[in-house]
Amino acid sequence: MSVAETIELASYVGAGLCIGFGAIGAALGEGYTAGLANAAISQKASKSREIVKNMLVGQAIAESAAIFALVIAIMLVFMNFPAETLLGAASLLGAGICMGLGAIGSGVGAGLPGGQACMGIANQPEMAGKLTTNMLIGSAVCQTPAIFSMVIALMLMFLSFDHLPLQPTWAALIGAGICMGFGAIGSGAGSGFPAGRACEGIARQPAVAGKVTTNMLIGSAVCQTPAIFSMVVALMLLFLRFEHLPLGIAWAALIGAGASTGLAAIGSGYGGGMAAGSGCAGIARNPDSLGPVTTSMLVGQAVTQTPSIFGLLVSFILMFKAFPETAGLAAAMAPLSAGICMGFGGIGSGVGNGYTAESAVLWIGRNAEASGILTRTMLVGQAISQSTAIYAMVVSLVLVFVV
Amino acid sequence: MEEIVQAAAYLGAGLAMGLGAIGPGIGEGFVGGKACEAIGKKPNEAGLLTRTMLVGQAVSESTGIYSLVIALLLLFVV
Repeated sequence: MSVAETIELASYVGAGLCIGFGAIGAALGEGYTAGLANAAISQKASKSREIVKNMLVGQAIAESAAIFALVIAIMLVFMNFPAETLLGAASLLGAGICMGLGAIGSGVGAGLPGGQACMGIANQPEMAGKLTTNMLIGSAVCQTPAIFSMVIALMLMFLSFDHLPLQPTWAALIGAGICMGFGAIGSGAGSGFPAGRACEGIARQPAVAGKVTTNMLIGSAVCQTPAIFSMVVALMLLFLRFEHLPLGIAWAALIGAGASTGLAAIGSGYGGGMAAGSGCAGIARNPDSLGPVTTSMLVGQAVTQTPSIFGLLVSFILMFKAFPETAGLAAAMAPLSAGICMGFGGIGSGVGNGYTAESAVLWIGRNAEASGILTRTMLVGQAISQSTAIYAMVVSLVLVFVV
Repeated sequence: MEEIVQAAAYLGAGLAMGLGAIGPGIGEGFVGGKACEAIGKKPNEAGLLTRTMLVGQAVSESTGIYSLVIALLLLFVV
């Protein structure tokens, strides 16, 4: 198979993965919006026009992540890329994976505010304008990780890598795609929680709409942290040169570096969103609890970021460690396995920390006098659910430094 | 052959610990969340509830420890 044919093959496979994965999230999110819109109409049929209008606007925003994926897929199918080496194949495959996976979370996340805004219009028809505005802001923030993915995918497609050596650059390009693609899932889905809960809260307590929206923006901004970590690692994989890595190991270390941050970011992004969501719910239920709720939300979110920081740490080690010069397959498998181990190992702890923080923040909102004991219990619970991520980090470090 | 076996052991260790960590992490977090909910409802029972939370988390930790044991066996013994 010639180089040009291989590049063509990679672009078609990349296009398939791109729109295949990319269609998952938006469809789920829009279905959720439409489901709650139906529930809202059954509750207040007289407002069906406003509800349907809001549903369509909400669905259109949730759709945008899938549209990004469609655009990239069409470009991969129809454009002629000027690449002349096999690196072109790696970069187009990486671009497809990046945009496809990266669209999942934003699509799911943007569906939540859409649905909750429809319910809110049924409960408080006079707040329809504020609810739609808050929905638009919230679901726009949900799109951020998909936009990061599109930026990385476009860089992979249009930068020229032909002057670089095939080994290990192909692995850096695929690794960048994996990292940003997986890394966008958690943040995208997670930032749907504050947006959805904020719409719910504004309908419940119209008087504090401003405070709830502010809290939503703070919470969903913190949710983006893991996606930003993933973008940093993806950009490093694209633009740094890894000549210090021995050729036999370099490919495994770079793919491992991408997998570590990308996968670990899923849990932290999703969990951070759960904490932010109950922050919005808590303020809407009891506006006087603004101070303790915001504080505990930020503490809970910060602890929830820990697994993605472990992932980032392992990625940096894999990219910059001076590995000894060996040719064996086992020596290459160790860094690859280290990255996979830390990546998957971080998912559960991130989601678990989110569960704990979600409940603690919600109950600090309802029972502010107990905020001391609740914050303490939250931190103890989070620390324990962190332990499995720490085991995963230990095994990763053993794989890198000991065996 | 020896080389392939060693490589498989390394990959197996990473997969064992990586995938094995997902369940306990989510489960323990869920326990922590429910404990916070219960303490929010009944702050006076915080001591008992925290103890129950810790016991529940310790038990759900066990599968994570199984994964760690298998990973370390694959790394150092096999």
